[in-house]
Amino acid sequence: MEFLSPATWEEALAAKSAHPDAVPIMGGTDVMVELNFDQHRPSALLDLTRVAELAEWGPDGSRVRLGAGVSYTTIIQRLGKHAPALAQAARTVASPQIRNRGTVGGNLGGASPAGDSHPPLLAADAVIELASVHGVRHVAAREFYLGPRRTARRDDELIAAVLLPERAGPQHFCKIGTRNAMVIAVASFCVTLDAATRTAGTGIGSAGPTPLRAVAAEEFLTAEFDWQGAGPLSEAAVRHFGELVASAARPIDDVRGSADYRKHALSVMARRALSWSVTDYRKGEAQCA
Amino acid sequence: MADRARLRGPEPVTVELSINHRTRILEIEPRTSLLDALREQLDLTGSKKGCDQGTCGACTVWVDGRRVLACLTLAITCEGREITTIEGFSDGRRMNAMQRSFIKHDAFQCGYCTPGQVMSAVALLDEGHASSDAEIAE
Ligand SMILES: Cc1cc2nc3c(=O)[nH]c(=O)nc-3n(C[C@H](O)[C@H](O)[C@H](O)COP(=O)(O)OP(=O)(O)OC[C@H]3O[C@@H](n4cnc5c(N)ncnc54)[C@H](O)[C@@H]3O)c2cc1C
Repeated sequence: MEFLSPATWEEALAAKSAHPDAVPIMGGTDVMVELNFDQHRPSALLDLTRVAELAEWGPDGSRVRLGAGVSYTTIIQRLGKHAPALAQAARTVASPQIRNRGTVGGNLGGASPAGDSHPPLLAADAVIELASVHGVRHVAAREFYLGPRRTARRDDELIAAVLLPERAGPQHFCKIGTRNAMVIAVASFCVTLDAATRTAGTGIGSAGPTPLRAVAAEEFLTAEFDWQGAGPLSEAAVRHFGELVASAARPIDDVRGSADYRKHALSVMARRALSWSVTDYRKGEAQCA
Repeated sequence: MADRARLRGPEPVTVELSINHRTRILEIEPRTSLLDALREQLDLTGSKKGCDQGTCGACTVWVDGRRVLACLTLAITCEGREITTIEGFSDGRRMNAMQRSFIKHDAFQCGYCTPGQVMSAVALLDEGHASSDAEIAE
């Protein structure tokens, strides 16, 4: 196995173009498991840990640009305000040791339907920045996940960053696992209420071949919610939202849970996340008034 | 060419690591984990191999002062960084407060993963997340 260690982003892109089958390695928390268990023997590894830009984040116009190599620990410590749902999701990833290393770029690179970053990125309508020697492309998270572990990223491209729209309302992420810590999700869910565009966003994890949106649930909530007056939602509306979320899922039975359980869990998480979000929204509105 | 990433391997390559403030030079394949490098090449067997997949924590070491799992870290990516293992943790004669505290409270089961627990526990204190029992549990 060859080892490429670019010192700059330009070198990294050139190396990926020259060796399209080189496997990028950032935190290594997915790649190393495959190497240790010989599940996959790539011809080359492309070490991204020396590329300083990848670990940077900051404002980018009205958005926040999160380098693909920013660790979950940093996201928890620094991005709670800008991207609360992503920070909540980061808090549920694995253990402190893995959060010190694991990254959103790695989550997107592997594109497991159980990855905890995906529901918040979908719900918040984040944009993935892809780059190659030929230039930079922006792909909406909502168009990034194409099939089981298949994404819009081309072989010669690296993930540079995630662009998070300026937050204008509450966001909540929920995850169900077989215990409280160190678990891959049995199912996960994220909802966002965006006061600026008056739209709701959703993201579903671990309940389909890819991370999913519940589009009908978003449309229902966007139409039903009292964006202006911030009146409470009826119990029936909250329940209907939960049902629409569950029906958007396409889960399977596996070692972590049955398809039926996943659908049930999603409807419960959707109701909870929505109720918390509406409460937050009403508090926010009261403060403005 | 200056804009070319350095290419090494696939044959064993010479890697220089700083471990417990000592420079160590080893010949390893690029795919070697830090845990295998420590245990198999350098006889630093205090870091344990439990699961080799990031679950158990028995291989916890510090890289540049942050707790990480040696099994999920490539040794070659640690060049130029400071690695601290359980062996580097006390001065060789006197144990540090965390180790003494483990003994005092009989905080062992079989003891295999104790080194990882100690490395993790000290980092927990350093990170400032241990002001109460509830916070530690969290
Ligand atoms: C014990 C354990 C528990 C875990 N628990 C969770 C959990 O609770 N939730 C969760 O979501 N995940 C979990 N994971 C999986 C893993 O930690 C995450 O997917 C993490 O986000 C991977 O990030 P990384 O930087 O370590 O990726 P790496 O292992 O470095 O890379 C992962 C993939 O992404 C590619 N890649 C990395 N960076 C780039 C880039 N810039 N451009 C293009 N491709 C890139 C790699 O080639 C590889 O295919 C767990 C893993 C372990 C071992």
